[in-house]
Amino acid sequence: MTKTFAPDSVGLVTPFTVQFDEPLDLACGRTLSNYELVVETYGTLNANKSNAILICHALSGNHHAAGFHSEDDRKPGWWDGYIGPGKAIDTNKFFIVSLNNLGGCSGSTGPRSINPDTGKPWGADFPKLRVRDWVHSQARLADSLGINQWAAVIGGSLGGMQAMRWALEYPSRVRNCVVIASAMKLSAQNIAFNETARQAIISDPEFHNGNYLDHNTYPKNGLAIARMIGHITYLSDDVMGEKFGRDLRSGSFDQGLDELVEFQVESYLRYQGDSFSKNFDANTYILMTRALDYFDLAREYGDDAAAAFRRAQCDFYVASFTTDWRFPIERSREIVDALISAQKNVSYTEVESPYGHDAFLLPNEHYCESFSRYLAGIDTE
Amino acid sequence: MRFDFNQLQGMISERSRVLDLGCGDGALLKLLADSKQVSGYGLEIDPEQIQKCISRGVNVINQNLDRGLGNFEDDSFDTVLMTQALQTMRYPHKVLDEMLRVGKECIITFPNFGHWKARCHLAFKGRMPVSDLLPYEWYDTPNIHFCTFTDFEVLCREKSINVLHRQVVNERSAQLLGNLAPNLFGETAIYRLSK
Repeated sequence: MTKTFAPDSVGLVTPFTVQFDEPLDLACGRTLSNYELVVETYGTLNANKSNAILICHALSGNHHAAGFHSEDDRKPGWWDGYIGPGKAIDTNKFFIVSLNNLGGCSGSTGPRSINPDTGKPWGADFPKLRVRDWVHSQARLADSLGINQWAAVIGGSLGGMQAMRWALEYPSRVRNCVVIASAMKLSAQNIAFNETARQAIISDPEFHNGNYLDHNTYPKNGLAIARMIGHITYLSDDVMGEKFGRDLRSGSFDQGLDELVEFQVESYLRYQGDSFSKNFDANTYILMTRALDYFDLAREYGDDAAAAFRRAQCDFYVASFTTDWRFPIERSREIVDALISAQKNVSYTEVESPYGHDAFLLPNEHYCESFSRYLAGIDTE
Repeated sequence: MRFDFNQLQGMISERSRVLDLGCGDGALLKLLADSKQVSGYGLEIDPEQIQKCISRGVNVINQNLDRGLGNFEDDSFDTVLMTQALQTMRYPHKVLDEMLRVGKECIITFPNFGHWKARCHLAFKGRMPVSDLLPYEWYDTPNIHFCTFTDFEVLCREKSINVLHRQVVNERSAQLLGNLAPNLFGETAIYRLSK
């Protein structure tokens, strides 16, 4: 029996792999002689190829942004709430391209792939990628799909950094840049969180200097702890309080009882960490967090963000969320101020939400409405 | 079209850079973009109004004006506008300072609390004025700092602000009286100011 999907779902989707044989020069000075990117698309590319949108994923994201891979899938893609027929990123209007970034672990070439020079998995030796490397590889992907100019490049968090870098690296190839819950560079506190997560992985005895695949193992505990740390920072204090409070999962504080007491929040975080560590690659996690840390939009523009944005030719839409303390509203305001200083077209919404950084993935009326209206105004002819 | 927009249009130069404080649904900026090819931004705090601006294709920035304009550089706009919003500011005098810092010129419109109807309301009914233009009760109103034309001009004098031009705008047939005795018969005034 064929399952029917909701009318605003893209339904069943099938990822495909694109092979690139032209060497890619990387910011670190090394070269990838060939690589693969795994991709999903939603909607239809129009005759002028002028309705294409690129979705850039965040730290732990992948190409599966919308729809279902099989009728038995319990969960749709990571941004399904915002991609589909009639949704903010409307597949009736746009052709949407979503990929797993280079260095990822969902099918694109990354630390788990075989290094052609050694015949063994890259592991820790996989090149340390920067955001611009992703952008250049995405430009090659656009070439292969025959897309000369994106109607929009869209990303949240680390994805927003890619969208901004696109606007600077390929000004003539982007008409709109959508930057959600992002930053032009991370704060010291943010780098500190990432380093703590990395150290959790590296100090796991199963890490083996990143070459754990050679030992048929992986740093399960370290990766789980890294995810737990990350997860705490993606939620707000309020929403954690509301969701878990001090509720107990087991045990009791009755006098005379010596048993272990476990809070709901502990069990929730452990579950999140465990399930993540089974599906994600530790070297990819290290690579992605480093790319986040290294990113500094204006570094090569004399640390002048307005000077950087003067290169851009596209219009911008920026959104942030009030309780996001990992990418706080101040970071988005800095982006907006620099864009105004550079005399670029920009609209900015500061969205009331209790959900912290995760809010950019979740339903929210003001966010959804503003985002939808911005994209509805994009000319695709 | 709101009745003061027509007059405002004539005061804005072609292709100038405009900042509209409390831009509402973006109608004025859209009008100026279409008729005068101005570029610029509207600042607004109400989500629904922000969404309307986005639908119109107007650049809108979600910003609370009571936070000041610290993120805008000195003299970075040809004109800083504020229509019918001065009375909603927590610190109108500080907003005025900020407008004059950021804009080479400022245009402000606000309702006149010295209008004879408002005076009658207070004098004879002994109640705070409620009118079509200002339909709020005193305890629940965004309008927290009303002033009369005279009050505003006194403030400008104290701050050594140049009043380049004042135009009294009345909605219906009272234009003549409004010109004759503005502070008594004027409903709304448009002030053009510079440092």
